[in-house]
Amino acid sequence: MFKIIKRQEMAGGTIILNEIAAPRIARKARPGQFVILKANETGERIPLTMADFNPRQGTITVIYAVVGRSTSLFSQLQEGDSYQDVVGPLGRPTRLERMGTVVCIGGGTGVAVLYPIARGLKLLGNRVISIIGAREKELLILEDEMRAISDDLLVCTDGGSYGQQGLVTDLLAQVLQEERPDLVVAIGPVPMMRAVSEMTRPCNIKTLVSLNPIMIDGTGMCGGCRVSVGGEIRFACVDGPEFDGHQVDFDELMQRLQAYRAEERQSLECESQSLEIHRCKMEPQIVSAAR
Amino acid sequence: METAPKHREKKPRVSMPEQEPDQRAGNFQEVPLGYTAEMAVEEASRCLQCKKEPCVSGCPVGVDIPGFVRCIRSGEFGPAIQKIWATNSLPAVCGRVCPQEIQCEGRCVLGKKGEPLAIGHLERFAADFARDACISCDAAPVRSTGKKVAVVGSGPAGLTVAGDLIAKGHQVTVFEALHKTGGVLAYGIPEFRLPKDIVAHEVAQLERMGVRFECNMVIGVTLTLDELFEEGYDAVFLGVGAGLPRFMDIPGETLIGVMSANEYLSRANLMKAYRFPEYDTPIPRGRNVAVIGGGNVATDAARSALRLGADRVSIVYRRSRQEMPARAEEIRHAEEEGVELHLLTNPVRFLGDDDGRLVGMECLKMTLGEPDSSGRRRPVPEEGSEFVIECDLVVVAVGSGANPLLTRSTGDLKLNRWGYIEADPETGKTNLEGVWAGGDIVTGSATVILAMGAGRKAADSIQKYLTEKG
Repeated sequence: MFKIIKRQEMAGGTIILNEIAAPRIARKARPGQFVILKANETGERIPLTMADFNPRQGTITVIYAVVGRSTSLFSQLQEGDSYQDVVGPLGRPTRLERMGTVVCIGGGTGVAVLYPIARGLKLLGNRVISIIGAREKELLILEDEMRAISDDLLVCTDGGSYGQQGLVTDLLAQVLQEERPDLVVAIGPVPMMRAVSEMTRPCNIKTLVSLNPIMIDGTGMCGGCRVSVGGEIRFACVDGPEFDGHQVDFDELMQRLQAYRAEERQSLECESQSLEIHRCKMEPQIVSAAR
Repeated sequence: METAPKHREKKPRVSMPEQEPDQRAGNFQEVPLGYTAEMAVEEASRCLQCKKEPCVSGCPVGVDIPGFVRCIRSGEFGPAIQKIWATNSLPAVCGRVCPQEIQCEGRCVLGKKGEPLAIGHLERFAADFARDACISCDAAPVRSTGKKVAVVGSGPAGLTVAGDLIAKGHQVTVFEALHKTGGVLAYGIPEFRLPKDIVAHEVAQLERMGVRFECNMVIGVTLTLDELFEEGYDAVFLGVGAGLPRFMDIPGETLIGVMSANEYLSRANLMKAYRFPEYDTPIPRGRNVAVIGGGNVATDAARSALRLGADRVSIVYRRSRQEMPARAEEIRHAEEEGVELHLLTNPVRFLGDDDGRLVGMECLKMTLGEPDSSGRRRPVPEEGSEFVIECDLVVVAVGSGANPLLTRSTGDLKLNRWGYIEADPETGKTNLEGVWAGGDIVTGSATVILAMGAGRKAADSIQKYLTEKG
């Protein structure tokens, strides 16, 4: 059992932070790696890239948007409750190097995954320009944390309720007018990562994206997380989760993420009936952000 | 003119009652229902009690077959299971999934002129009897040696090593990467062939004997091999299984609806997706399902698909029926339930719609040519024989490769050119001091009992090592 040491609601309760006691994982965790969590006996195995980890206290942190049956189940766990299973750290860590100037872009809950990577890049002496965005102000997370580890932080919201109005790619376009970064890291909804990769491709700026396809075991056994990268099939769980954004077949990834659309709906309806809450009204953007 | 039979009349083999095909194809309950005590006694009485015991030499773990059959014949079911437990810690599993026809039963003298003794059925009977009667292994407790053994992987090889070494007084911890113990017995073999509570019972038996199980531990990741030794383990057994699905490497393989047998069966068995939405993990319920491959995994997947409500399920295999590696009984069960066989057929590409969902599979007809390195006749494509099998789900069951997760963190562990661990076939010893390996990670995909046989040899060698180490 893996106890929740701290639980925090963000974005009006639609995004949840869990700090979980998992000493063995915390000791090994590196930026960019993920864990798989299972709430209870009947639950799904859900992969989440870690937002932080503390080897001394023996804890790891995950941040997720409440978008489906499983994350809704997770969100019901309170401080002191436990996940039945947590396994990790899985996947290859981000290769952190001193490169010069890096632009770190996070959208939605992707900011949570971005944070330890940006921090690691900053610690190595890189100049870190961060761009974070959300649909509206209350959905923006980790702004203060990102500011503390960035040389420059740019914020945007789709409707302009906070920061600049527009998408993270609008801000990236502005940055690219003045800068020639050595690396771009983009983590967020698939359309966002694709848009960023398309923008950096003509300037040939190395761009890392972190993928979160459907998977079961996370150890290379099921092959459910197949992604096409540079025309070759790779397993996101053991070869990723980070890949070169210029090589990833995002269209295919988007399609594959829809594999269980019908079942997800069925599962949610089932839950709605039992809880008498209608969660199907959840904004589709948050759904894609959690992916 | 008829001559009177010289020998006394041979009794026919007692067949095990089964669920009717049209009934069982709609549920996940076990297909063969087991012997009654009367049936077991009657079948056991067919045994010739040969002095040479050819059946025992056919068993990878050397179960005292004439001994336990003799007990059953005289109605002493408790002593029968104790005799089996002396050499086999997983009889309820073996009685169900061992390929007895090529092992013990394949060498049975009765089989020369008639049907061999149903050794597998009798083993299952004894194990099920013990479970129902709450009989446990009466091996005398031994003094603790103070030695620590780590077993990596809780599949058949690992469980055998754990059972053997706990009985010698060592402290044994089994590390499992998944959230449930049993390895392939838990995630791979379906409920209707091996009920999961039987696996859980065998594991619980080991726990009662003192074996510790730690799930969610990916050795090589959560803890490395070196760290196991730092934590004070004196010996390590690696039984991590093959665990890397092979695909066809043909166009369209990333379409939604094409998945590995590992994924399909893990969803169904490990995650209990056949009980979705009661369990949260979904599984595609294909209407038209094609399973590629000819082994037991292919028949398991095909029969699972039927039970998940498919209208049509076919097994697509590139050689002929004769070359199918699946057990004859599994093929028979599949066909009885309505699975169609597309033999001498090889897929060349998968076809999808605009949403990236599978709609069909283009195949070529094959003919058999000269024998290849495996001794089986090589399938040769017939030119211009392309045709399309309509399907909305394809399960690829063409074998597994070596999962690199453990081995890539353990650079000095010697592997062969396919990525499997090199281990002495007699002792399971690897090139590293204090490290043994066995099962599919050494041999590539094989059977439960062969993995158990490898575990047995490794356990003997570990015991010798720990004793000599003093």
